[in-house]
Amino acid sequence: MVQLRYFASLRETLGIGSESVALPGTIETVADLEQWLQQRGAPWDTALAGDHLLVAVNQVVSKRNTAVSNGDEIAWFPPVTGG
Amino acid sequence: MIRVQEADFDPGTVLNQLRDRLQGTAGALVSFIGLVRDLNEGDSVSQLTLEHYPGMTEKALGEIREQACTRWNLLDAVIIHRVGPLAPNDRIVFVAAACAHRGDAFRACEFMIDTLKTEAPFWKKEVTADRTRWLPGAGNDRS
Repeated sequence: MVQLRYFASLRETLGIGSESVALPGTIETVADLEQWLQQRGAPWDTALAGDHLLVAVNQVVSKRNTAVSNGDEIAWFPPVTGG
Repeated sequence: MIRVQEADFDPGTVLNQLRDRLQGTAGALVSFIGLVRDLNEGDSVSQLTLEHYPGMTEKALGEIREQACTRWNLLDAVIIHRVGPLAPNDRIVFVAAACAHRGDAFRACEFMIDTLKTEAPFWKKEVTADRTRWLPGAGNDRS
């Protein structure tokens, strides 16, 4: 299982803030996981399309080719606006 | 010290506690307070809600603090950031840097607030008279 988290406008678009999913064996990277989630159809296909979102694996900002494996926490979010 | 909290804070108390911890070692203590402004891009703002990523936020702020401490040889540093619903004039963020001399303390304080804005996972949602919108981020896309 992996823990998936979505924040801010993305959370609102998807209507969900977090979920646990069983990772199919074919998924090796963040990009694989994004493609798999996009197969859910609307709104996932458009919300996760492109590279405007940041992604964090285990709470560290990561890249699309970062490896993911069981037990990981993967989060997607728009560019940050603190301060 | 790093704190992410919904509650307001008293800057005077925080600065006094920091000064107590320094026990005479610092010659300069520089602090910054960020406030919620009532006007953004011509629209009157009635509420600002801060969302964050619990866990990652504290980690990111801790790393920013550590970077500042190492780079400017700080004796101590504090970052406090509020989350949840805020109103105009509310305190939103507090940053303080303590150092032997003022130059490094000013630079370290500015570094921490600047870096926090682009690296710590916070998001702002703004309510104006006729709409609610998420504020666009810094666009630091590193994918």
